[in-house]
Amino acid sequence: MAEKIATRAAYGKALLELAKENDNIVVIDADLCACTKTDLFAAEFPERYLNLGIAESNMVGVAAGLATCGKVAVANSFAMFSAGRAFEQIRNSVAYPNLNVKIIGTHAGLSVGKDGATHQCLEDIGLLRTVPNMTVICPADAVETYQAFRAAVEHEGPVYLRLGRLAVETVNDTEDYRFELGKGILKKPGSDVTIVTTGLMLQEALAAREELLADGIEARIVHIPTIKPLDEEIIVQAAKETGLIITAEEHNILGGLGSAVAEVLAEKCPVPMRRIGTNDVFGKSGEPHELMAEYGLNKDNIVKVVREEYAKKTA
Amino acid sequence: MDNTTRTELRKKAINTRITALNMVNRAQSGHIGGSFSVADILTVLYHKVMNVDPQNPRWVGRDRLVMSKGHCTPALYAVLAQRGFFPEAELATFRETTSRLSGHAEMNVPGVDMSTGSLGQGLSAACGMALAGKLDNADYYVYSIHGDGELQEGMIWEAAMTAAKYQLDNLVAIIDDNKLQLDGPTAEVMPLYSLEDKFTAFGWHVITCDGHDLEALDAALMEAKGVKGKPVAIIAETVKGKGVSFMENNVHWHGNVPSAEEYEKALLELQAQLQEVEG
Repeated sequence: MAEKIATRAAYGKALLELAKENDNIVVIDADLCACTKTDLFAAEFPERYLNLGIAESNMVGVAAGLATCGKVAVANSFAMFSAGRAFEQIRNSVAYPNLNVKIIGTHAGLSVGKDGATHQCLEDIGLLRTVPNMTVICPADAVETYQAFRAAVEHEGPVYLRLGRLAVETVNDTEDYRFELGKGILKKPGSDVTIVTTGLMLQEALAAREELLADGIEARIVHIPTIKPLDEEIIVQAAKETGLIITAEEHNILGGLGSAVAEVLAEKCPVPMRRIGTNDVFGKSGEPHELMAEYGLNKDNIVKVVREEYAKKTA
Repeated sequence: MDNTTRTELRKKAINTRITALNMVNRAQSGHIGGSFSVADILTVLYHKVMNVDPQNPRWVGRDRLVMSKGHCTPALYAVLAQRGFFPEAELATFRETTSRLSGHAEMNVPGVDMSTGSLGQGLSAACGMALAGKLDNADYYVYSIHGDGELQEGMIWEAAMTAAKYQLDNLVAIIDDNKLQLDGPTAEVMPLYSLEDKFTAFGWHVITCDGHDLEALDAALMEAKGVKGKPVAIIAETVKGKGVSFMENNVHWHGNVPSAEEYEKALLELQAQLQEVEG
């Protein structure tokens, strides 16, 4: 198996590389550079690195001011604090004037592990996809993160990039992999059911697909790294061709990928669907893999849910 | 400041109040009290101090202003139109559905450097602009204007620390210290105690002046430009509703609209002041 890499680590490398090409990139942090992996950038470009202390609201406001002067302002913190604490600053100072600010939210979701519920942001996708002008990206692995961050910098306007703490398997390291903003990816073909994923649930879905094949169930995997703007076409096509949709995300089932997909299906192609995510509950401290299992965010639960729903479909 | 300049600035400040009054009266909504308290500050900035080009509002080398008390658009838009950023006739559309002149300051209006309205956010944006100026070795200044009530927002003090850490001597924050906020006197709603002590403790250079004395404001802004290595806070002591006798120091005029009779009375007072200045 390939080396496991956290998306935040891949981001840190991508940031450094892009900063060498683009003098306008200014990086802002709130006392977490060792965790958000902006320390690589800070060491190389200290003059373009601003550590603003434990004050995320101000960090986002400063980013907005920098952006009005032509900078690509990249503001970093844990998702809980960049997207959560600074939500209103993102809405009013960044998104409303449509400024070129990239908000990075690392340590998103349950896989934060032992730091527990206060640090496990499970609401950020829901918060930020409701804000006009905002683009929301949640990559699955190192390869996708690298390409997604490059696309985020090339895109003129506000972007939220959701990243994880945990080292994860790289599954997009293929020749033909291309991240395109707003495009879903047909990761695996299948006609019995579609599993729609974002973030690290792609890896779990791919493993689940292998197990389901033994049952004779061929699951299509549609991966959605850009939750907003959402690739509605690939979802509607999957609904038409497979007639059953299961969504899987490391986020509350309210407001996230599952909600976004449900909205599209309800209006454009209603088919049975089920959402896998945290069921409107907070996380807790624990080993990441134990937590993911307990809350149903793993291969085993995807297999179980698909079996249940597929049985109903074929009954 | 010579006599001609002083007279011209006074006329402009009174005209700004008349225009703001007309805008709020026509829209039947808007914030008169804070617009009147900040009118002299904006007049000195845009007509005397700031280096701007109304024909090229996004000129990269311009001085910038963040109107952090973003609800005082009746004064801000009046001054921007007066300065030539957009036609004064457009002010009649203030707060209308089809107008770009909405209730709070927006960057789609020529001359507005930052969208504001949610209190407490403007100083951070101003820090960002000043930091960009430092990074680019640009010589522009960044001004921000805050209400004293607005300083109750914690984010202001996060930004104050930022400005001191990065020695943003190209940043001047002006406090329109009119002592009143929506619910009453700031001293009752949430006391701020000494703003001089607070900003000094946060590492700022502090200047206090009469916020309705055009020469004192000009002198304070000139002094600010000479300060090196520190951001500057100008505590401008002002009167909410300044210029209309029955509106002065009366919290009712934070956001209320005058009746037809009150409007006429206010207009007459301001017009009389204008005649007096014109001699």
